[in-house]
Amino acid sequence: MQMADVAIVGVGQSNFSRACGISIKELAFEAFKEAMDGLNIGNTEVEASIVCSSMYDPQRSPENPISEYLGLTPHPTFLIENACAASSTGLKVAWSFIKSGLYKVVAVIGVEKMSGQTSREVAERMGRMYDVTWESPFGLTMPSGYAMYARAHMAQYGTTEEQLAKVRVKNAYYSTKNPKATYRKALSLAEVLESMPIANPLKMLDSCANADGSSCMILAHKDVAKAICKIPIWIAGLGSASSPGMTKREEFASFNCARQAALQAYTMAGISPQDIDLAEVHDCFTIAEIMAYEDLEFAKPGEGPRLIDEKETYLEGKIPVNIDGGLLCKGHPIGATGGSQIRTIVLQLRGEGGEVQVKDAAIGLAHNIGGIGHYANVTILRR
Amino acid sequence: MSFEVFGIVAHTKESKAEEFVNYLEQGRVMGTRCKGCDAAYFPPQVDCPRCLASEVEWFEITGIGKLITYSLVHYGPAGFEDMTPYIVALANFGEGIKVFAVLSSDIHEQEIKPGMLLRVVPVRLSGNRISYELQAVE
Repeated sequence: MQMADVAIVGVGQSNFSRACGISIKELAFEAFKEAMDGLNIGNTEVEASIVCSSMYDPQRSPENPISEYLGLTPHPTFLIENACAASSTGLKVAWSFIKSGLYKVVAVIGVEKMSGQTSREVAERMGRMYDVTWESPFGLTMPSGYAMYARAHMAQYGTTEEQLAKVRVKNAYYSTKNPKATYRKALSLAEVLESMPIANPLKMLDSCANADGSSCMILAHKDVAKAICKIPIWIAGLGSASSPGMTKREEFASFNCARQAALQAYTMAGISPQDIDLAEVHDCFTIAEIMAYEDLEFAKPGEGPRLIDEKETYLEGKIPVNIDGGLLCKGHPIGATGGSQIRTIVLQLRGEGGEVQVKDAAIGLAHNIGGIGHYANVTILRR
Repeated sequence: MSFEVFGIVAHTKESKAEEFVNYLEQGRVMGTRCKGCDAAYFPPQVDCPRCLASEVEWFEITGIGKLITYSLVHYGPAGFEDMTPYIVALANFGEGIKVFAVLSSDIHEQEIKPGMLLRVVPVRLSGNRISYELQAVE
């Protein structure tokens, strides 16, 4: 494995909830404060900040009021909007800033407050992530976009609704151990299968919930990382790719951009999928986790459902996945999600996973998707 | 006619491809072919990302497509509350042309099979609006 030049020295996350009852600045502060906790630097030594958000809140250019509230002015601050993949994109940009020598310490702050809008308004706004000339006017939503992939996976490989439901059952089980998750209740297979239909074959409990939440990652150059924190977690591999709109795609049971991003990240890290000790994958819907198993090459195409059937993605299995409850149970505050995934991996690699600690975890992976496979980032971290 | 009348809810009002809406008014669903490199596009676009030319000829999507995938939507976004349930679908018309649209409400979910034959047809919506949908080939 290659030596890495950039480390994650601090991570933080607010509680994720259906309605936080505070402002986005205050929400961002919670994650930032936790990420800075125990570091041997103050906030004035954070040389730049990147705010990641899809701005469901009325605030435009949130990077300025947030950086001021966190005490980060007059250092530069930037905004990244990349749909649900924003904060892993933010991590990549921060990595580039540091790798280039421009800055030594950069904060990546993901924040989303969705509770100010009704579920239908959020669905409409999310639907405008599709092409607004040719896709949104037909009422295409996030659930129906993923449902089209679920249908294709079922037609191609015989995947069943029960196999999809098993993903939620797993993630619900682990959510009971995550105090920051929106939903912290174990669910039975029957409860998932009998939940309200949203976009066939996906049901309410096959879907993540809109949420309020924030995440924060503090990145530092290798020359200062060890002086700043006790256990730096190194950025070993990065991969990113995009896919076109629905009518320009060739496959509907896999995300080409996710496969490309994974390949880039494995190559950069000099490792293979078998070397990953645990993964956080973008399970906005149950089918998305199954597809991630395959796109990340934890399973061959079409064999993703077998991993969940055989409980290989549980803590005791071959490759534990989403043992923090995933998006399905934590909730999905769009701009904050990627940072929350990476926080889980960082805690695990530091050995701070608590009840769900993966034994001897040394290498972890985060897979963060924006839209219906429009954007993909794969990040590989190591102790 | 402009894009303002296209679809249930239009977000794009102005486009270089607005001739599409005029053709749709005349009962024809049209794609574009780049005069520079012959690349065919649906949805239509007058700028070609392949050769960067901006001159096109219009052609009608007359063939028969095959259903790739679909979903019956129970929970619609704001503006679509009264339409549910509706089925969104993607069909392959060959030669690089795929059409995304809703399926005709004549088609019931249990009759749907991937690969079923479809054609794309202009439809009038309420409030003087216009769109296209995928209909089953008898």
